[in-house]
Amino acid sequence: MSLNAYPRIKDWLGVQDNRLVLSSGKVDIGQRISTALIQIAHEELSLPFDRIRVAPVRTGLAPDEGITSGSNSIEQSGRAIRLATATLRAHVVAEAVRKFGGRDADWSLENGALHGPGANAPVDLLSIASELDMSLPVDLDASLREQGVERVRAPMRGMRDLVVGSYKFIHDLDLPGLLHARVVRPPHAKARLLDISQKGRERVAEARLRLVQDGSFLALVGADEWQVIDAAAKLQNACSWSDQDGLDDGDVFSLLTQSNAQRFTIVDSKPSDADIPAELGRVDAQARFERPFTLHGSLAPSAAMAEFSGGLLRVHTHSQGIYALRESMADSLGMSLEDVELTHAPGPGCYGHNGADDAAFEAALIAQEIPDTPILLKWTRADEHAWEPFGTAMAVELGAELDTDGNVSAYSAEAISGTHRGRPRPGPNRAGPARLLANHFRTEPIGPAPAAPNRNRHGGMHRNLDPIYAFADKRLVKNLVDGLPHRTSALRCLGGAVNNFALESFMDELAYAQSRDPVEFRLAHLKDARGIAVLKHLQNLLAERAGEAEALSTGVAYAQYKNAMTRVAVAVEIAVTEEAEIQLERATIVADAGRVIDRAGLEAQLEGGFLQAASWALCEEVTWDRDGITSLDWDSYPVLRFDQVPRIHVHIIDQPNEPAVGAGEAAPGPTLAAIGNALFNATGLRMRRLPLTGDAIRRQALSM
Amino acid sequence: MTLELRVNGTTQRVDSAPDTPLIFVLRNELKLTGAKLGCGLEQCGACAVLVDGEVTLSCVSSVESFEGKNIVTVEGIGASELGRLVQDAFVDATAAQCGYCTSGLVVAVTGLLSAQPNPDRDTVREALAPHLCRCGSHPRVLRAVEIAAGGS
Ligand code: FES
Ligand code: FES
Repeated sequence: MSLNAYPRIKDWLGVQDNRLVLSSGKVDIGQRISTALIQIAHEELSLPFDRIRVAPVRTGLAPDEGITSGSNSIEQSGRAIRLATATLRAHVVAEAVRKFGGRDADWSLENGALHGPGANAPVDLLSIASELDMSLPVDLDASLREQGVERVRAPMRGMRDLVVGSYKFIHDLDLPGLLHARVVRPPHAKARLLDISQKGRERVAEARLRLVQDGSFLALVGADEWQVIDAAAKLQNACSWSDQDGLDDGDVFSLLTQSNAQRFTIVDSKPSDADIPAELGRVDAQARFERPFTLHGSLAPSAAMAEFSGGLLRVHTHSQGIYALRESMADSLGMSLEDVELTHAPGPGCYGHNGADDAAFEAALIAQEIPDTPILLKWTRADEHAWEPFGTAMAVELGAELDTDGNVSAYSAEAISGTHRGRPRPGPNRAGPARLLANHFRTEPIGPAPAAPNRNRHGGMHRNLDPIYAFADKRLVKNLVDGLPHRTSALRCLGGAVNNFALESFMDELAYAQSRDPVEFRLAHLKDARGIAVLKHLQNLLAERAGEAEALSTGVAYAQYKNAMTRVAVAVEIAVTEEAEIQLERATIVADAGRVIDRAGLEAQLEGGFLQAASWALCEEVTWDRDGITSLDWDSYPVLRFDQVPRIHVHIIDQPNEPAVGAGEAAPGPTLAAIGNALFNATGLRMRRLPLTGDAIRRQALSM
Repeated sequence: MTLELRVNGTTQRVDSAPDTPLIFVLRNELKLTGAKLGCGLEQCGACAVLVDGEVTLSCVSSVESFEGKNIVTVEGIGASELGRLVQDAFVDATAAQCGYCTSGLVVAVTGLLSAQPNPDRDTVREALAPHLCRCGSHPRVLRAVEIAAGGS
């Protein structure tokens, strides 16, 4: 992992201007990894926060740590910084002993200074560090510094800048001579440019804007951003496009079938080449659960800045994987890797693979045509809504055989979806370039790339397909469907969100069909002691509240993310309005994320996960017709707003002797199911397709 | 043609075309990049500024319609005691994750509390409904409002 490839202290740490500089390949995507790294360095070295800074994440400088995706940053980069700073501390203390005498144990660290025998005054840690040979290896067994119970938390990096408006997002970059760019898009993914009207071209020339064209990839560039936006909209109307047959606007769920799919048996939570197991001998209950295409829907449309100068291409991007993107861009442009430099700049929360990579490549295409000029490309809201790689539509089919007690004795789960991995990672058949949107439209097009199955444990659509419950017999199948109408890629939780929605709705159905208490029914199938403790804790909290809120209906769900990370039980209390809309009143979340390091941060992650899933559950669905995507803004693609946010109570069970595990993706799955289960409780309607909008609820009620 | 705009307490001459939406003048000509472009459609609240004390979206209305009015952006919010309180409350509550929604929310909360110093929770939720946050920072933003209201 990270430390194998980058084994030396100087790969991670440096001293500059009397400050410690941390290098990491992980980028801030809203999870605030840089704050966490500063915290770790502070804990090991006792340096004040303002003497620690994080180096820009740039190809050639930063360690290549692959893709930054929510839950793994701390395990990888955090561990490396932890061990590197601990190693550095040991060397610094040894050096102090050598210089001033005493033994290691005589020296103590406080506020970035060493106190010990022989030295009249405290010795500055960094001034010793700056004399050391930083190419020494990081000691994988370095002893870690004891932490007091009451830790001082690093303030969130950039928080003060945010509230005064000085924090710089990629959209705020500015350079002398900078030009603004907008892409003029085809109506949909299958359309290609036929012609630009003479009048359209004249208008561009009159306005002294630059038109950049490579096949059907079109962009307008100019000094005045508003003028460019305005002209791009007009140019769109001056273009004629082949529409071939338009988009496939049939029912996408009818495409999500086993007969359309590449199939894999899931063994030990990953795809195997074993034969697809036989169907269950007897099926006492079965159900199919579905979720539509879903946006990442970052609050800011994607953006990038690129400059091509002297054969060198420099790009600022909010991509989650600058090294992979660099390779794919260099390959696409026929450039060598050394001539392409990518630097990460802060973007909006991305929740997976959004338009960031595509925007970076498009900015580069434009910059190549207009050398020696910084080009700031921003996508429009409609660009982001129509062209980001969506979270795929997905279905999960469950079946159960029950024993004489009504408990599940055999279980079948089949996940069916498009791909969750559309990132521009280099691979066979120029897979990287083929996953960059603009390449589909160039004179010599590359891609789109076919879906390739994720074979990792709990990777892709089979994340959490393996049930957390101890069912005696189980058959688990992944069905990868290629050729769905839209490009798709990683969205927070991957398949885990729908798999948990399905399983936890199904458990509820099974319990109610037998008039059993849904929490007790789950407990009867759960063998993991910590999971049981989480569910019982929730049960107690609900019991305390019984009778208190009669008008509300409660739904419960439980999951452990990847069956290995944070355990979460969620209870949601709802009311249903006259318009059949779900109103979230209160959420109670009980979680076990191992040892609690940062309680407030953990609570924030659980709340954030709950609210994003609540938005998926109540609102979110990409829509389209033959002529293109029709959910192009926040009205046609509504999301959860402040007036829909319930009170959220988070209860964390601390496990001081267990390792801390990521919690960023733990809450969404059970949240989806808990809301659906609450709706069933309130109305008797079992809704198995998301989102649970008022319209959908009314329709289902009428069809009964 | 030159327009005169009063922004954060000072009068500025601007050269942008009069039909340019205010946000582009603030960000590009006056280099006040605190107001963010999230949609350009008056649907997300990221671009909010105060205009004569009212929370106003800056992404659609043309700059000329703001002549003679008093514009306060997030950069100027801290000039008032209330604005500073709101900023501190956001910091205390760590009321952001990625922070792209933050400047619009700081402006909106300042506008709300100056009109209504002690709003109840539902009033706050209603008032902030025009503002999207995709990271789910809502509970901490609501907490920040409580802190700021308590301190004012
Ligand atoms: S940018 Fe103005 S409301 Fe979204
Ligand atoms: S903190 Fe990211 S959108 Fe609000």
